[in-house]
Amino acid sequence: MRYEAPLSVEDAVAALAGQPGAHVLAGGTDLLVKLRSEMIEPEVIVDIKRIDGMKDIRAEEGGWRIGAAVSGAEMSEHEALVADWPGVVEAAGLIGSTQVQGRATLAGNLCNASPAADSVPAMVAAGAVARIVGPNGSRDLAVIDVPQGPGKTALEPGEFIASILLPARGQQSGDAYLRFIPRTEMDIAVVGCGVSLSLDSENRVSAARVSLGAVGPKVMLVEEAAEALKRRVLDEAALDDLAAACSKAATPIDDKRGTVDFRRHVAGVLARRAAVIAATRAKGENA
Amino acid sequence: MALDDTKKTRDFKVVGTRPDRPDGIDKVTGRARFGADMVLPGMLTGRILRSPHAHARIKRIDTSKAEALSGVKAVVTRADFGEVPADVADVMDNCMAGDKALYDGHAVAAVAASSPAVARKALKLIEVEYEVLPHVTDVDAATRPDAPVLHEGRQQETVPKGMSANVIARSEFGHGDIETGLKQADRVVARTYRTAATHQGYIEPHACLATMGPDGKADLWVCTQGHYMVRNTCAAILGMEQGQLRVTASEIGGGFGGKTVVFLEPVALMLAKKSGRPVKMVMSRSEVLRATGPTSSTSIDVRIGMTKEGRITAGFAELRYQGGAYPGSPVDMGAMSGFAPYDLENVKTVGWDVVTNRPKAAAYRAPGAPMAAFAIESAIDEAARGFGLDPLEVRLMNGADEGTKASYGPTYPAIGLKATLEAAKTHPHWSAPLGENQGRGVACGFWFNFGGDTCVSLNITPDGTVTVSEGNPDIGGSRASMTMMAAEELGIPYDQVRTIIADTGSLGQNEVTDGSRVTFAVGLATIKAAQAAKAEMCRRAAMVWGIDEDAVEWADGAARPAGPNAGKFPPMTLKEIAAIASNTGGPIAGHHEVNAEGAGVSFATHMVDVELDPDTGSTKILRYTVFQDAGKAVHPSYVEGQFQGGAVQGIGWALNEEYIYGEDGILQNAGFLDYRIPVASDLPMIDTVILEIPNPGHPYGVRGVGETSIVPPLAAIANAVSAAAGVRMTQLPMSPPRVLAALQAQADG
Repeated sequence: MRYEAPLSVEDAVAALAGQPGAHVLAGGTDLLVKLRSEMIEPEVIVDIKRIDGMKDIRAEEGGWRIGAAVSGAEMSEHEALVADWPGVVEAAGLIGSTQVQGRATLAGNLCNASPAADSVPAMVAAGAVARIVGPNGSRDLAVIDVPQGPGKTALEPGEFIASILLPARGQQSGDAYLRFIPRTEMDIAVVGCGVSLSLDSENRVSAARVSLGAVGPKVMLVEEAAEALKRRVLDEAALDDLAAACSKAATPIDDKRGTVDFRRHVAGVLARRAAVIAATRAKGENA
Repeated sequence: MALDDTKKTRDFKVVGTRPDRPDGIDKVTGRARFGADMVLPGMLTGRILRSPHAHARIKRIDTSKAEALSGVKAVVTRADFGEVPADVADVMDNCMAGDKALYDGHAVAAVAASSPAVARKALKLIEVEYEVLPHVTDVDAATRPDAPVLHEGRQQETVPKGMSANVIARSEFGHGDIETGLKQADRVVARTYRTAATHQGYIEPHACLATMGPDGKADLWVCTQGHYMVRNTCAAILGMEQGQLRVTASEIGGGFGGKTVVFLEPVALMLAKKSGRPVKMVMSRSEVLRATGPTSSTSIDVRIGMTKEGRITAGFAELRYQGGAYPGSPVDMGAMSGFAPYDLENVKTVGWDVVTNRPKAAAYRAPGAPMAAFAIESAIDEAARGFGLDPLEVRLMNGADEGTKASYGPTYPAIGLKATLEAAKTHPHWSAPLGENQGRGVACGFWFNFGGDTCVSLNITPDGTVTVSEGNPDIGGSRASMTMMAAEELGIPYDQVRTIIADTGSLGQNEVTDGSRVTFAVGLATIKAAQAAKAEMCRRAAMVWGIDEDAVEWADGAARPAGPNAGKFPPMTLKEIAAIASNTGGPIAGHHEVNAEGAGVSFATHMVDVELDPDTGSTKILRYTVFQDAGKAVHPSYVEGQFQGGAVQGIGWALNEEYIYGEDGILQNAGFLDYRIPVASDLPMIDTVILEIPNPGHPYGVRGVGETSIVPPLAAIANAVSAAAGVRMTQLPMSPPRVLAALQAQADG
């Protein structure tokens, strides 16, 4: 096994070129586990942490561009980012243990392509966009379009994600992510739900994006759930409709982590709770 | 010298204090050497090939390609071992499958190679031809007459004709007449309870390093709860004399009963024998979960008859435990222990030992007892609540006491059950208010505690310090406890004594560290060894003083004239006697060898508050208090740690832990992500109350404390969750989907 640590995107692309067995290393919290458990035996590992910009959080067009090697813990300490996208930052802060959070990245969580990845529903609700680099240059792809199924992504051979853009946060808007796990930490989502919404001057929902994780082969954006909220104040009836839309949209399976009925029900429960938190934040209150 | 001092009230100086643990610095600095930490020159990596099938006939194994791979030094299959004695035949078969692979993860071959990468590659080159057979993993399904059969001809005569051959044995305990008792009851609770198989979850995976010379002498370094057991078992399997195999126990990162048997060790020795090189084997976590010894899953029917005043008129339980692929589930101990806290006129338990296509069950902390307690304590709780009675008062009314004839036969001497219940009644936890969606549960538990073969050697060094050699790996603080008891008995400070775990060449036979026996039995032997050394030191002082040795007594770390008639001599301290030992007859030591009897039984009462999330079925443990009889707490911090640890393992068992098998008989959750032991943030601080009702069988009154603490939690938590939910939970784990389904079923009426 060969380890390479290029200093530029171009060198990284060159190192990956023609190496179908190559793996990209950023935080390594998935890659090293797979290595140690002998799930993979790669010939080349390309470490992208030393590439300029990979560890940066930069303001861009009112939003935030987050380098592919920025850890969840670093995001948590960035006050302006936390103020704009608390739900995304909290989602990244739920991944693994405290030690893992010091390494794990948004881009890595996305590329692992697990339907249960915690940061992905939050990014999907936020409308995040991944910047992908590769032998044919650079391209942007909505985060929701990156996973193609468990363990599969839309990345072409030789491509990797260089950064994630969280768009400009609108006025009177907020986001939240909640997941259900049987324990209190260091676990994997049985159901995850991201909500990002904006309120008008009369506290009616003017825009909303609702996402679900771990209830299908990939993270889903639930348009019907967003529709259920639009132009309404978040009263019990609106929340009931939101919950019903999420439970209906969920397409979970029975497995060791939960049953179909349980996951459908809890998808609705989490959507209600996440929407209330997001709306509270949109009003500028603490939640 | 007076050796029996249980009659007097003893004024302890060291016992009962809380000195620093002797292994603490090594463990926090990384100096401690665990199973995988030993290396030897020329060492090879040993790896095991495991069955991917739950049940399959092994038709052919071709190892030729693996043997031809560069770097492979030995390949071992069952054929290398030949015939082994009958008493280790099942152990052999579990370590390396014979005609059939009996569970997912069953070892079928092993390699020793120059590197882990070569070993991994070699495993892929071993060709195994399987004939896949129908399998059964569920305990009830395995008892049906049409169930796939694991072994023919193993069924004992106690089992009635017509049952599946998977039902190996039937046992029965009790006295009185159940039907008569049930007729006297105002209410009968009859239910079936189920528990899932759980793993001990020790942090350190199994590991060992084996060497064998061409002369047949072998050495083994191993993480185990009993290196004498490892020696004896491996010697039998390999056809060696026990004296030619020296086994040294490493530090141990937890065992909880799971390291009282061998898995890797005979294979490592055979690989070392064939390769002529040292061979190290270390299990992965996945291997630990698939192929070591979890506890039984169970299915238990209970009938309890109770009068409206709360008197239990009859108690009956029929217990079915699957013990994995070989006979020997802990069902008998479940059947013996379940009703042990109670004084009952009519009590009966029937146990069924069942085999299934799962890894062979090993001991897990009070093996067999927690599941029986879950079923029986749940039924008692339901009956008591049905009459609106206080569950602590009902248990006090029916509680066993000195003179009670236990459900499993013996009559109790002084015991502490009622003391734990009285302490629970007056504790602030019992009267603390509860909020919405919250519930409180209590339950009692019992464990036998064991003694067994034990040797201790205590040596006085020339500078007057003391070394103690014991033969039991320290999993619960036993080095601290032995050091304290030796210091107490010799009348010297704690830091003047160092206790080590000696290898199998240094002491006689020692039973494994199990049955909560060590602080009791090894402590007893340590005290007796110290007494022997004291007697010798008194003899040396008498020699120096020129008086009769009976005229010398030992007090406060020195020999003294026993009275005014003995003569006027200043005391001779241990250090002074040690300094002149060479001139008074040679080195001074004491030793004691015993099959220790008189291990006092132990009881506990647990109290727990939970809060349910009615929308998700999630359970939060709010508050937890353990009340347990320790006899005499030698080092109270360790005792509290044992109480807390048992409660925590019980919380995991009650709420989330379970072996999940697919329809294909393959274990679905062979890792700590999906086999969910509790994490620290899941738990409140576990409060503890130590009761001390001295055990008459030990000089200081010590009882084992390590196991009783896991017996009540399953039931206590089930009683709390049932109270909070308003519906009786009868199946473990009470995972969120299961609790939510119960809440929804209740809401739907």
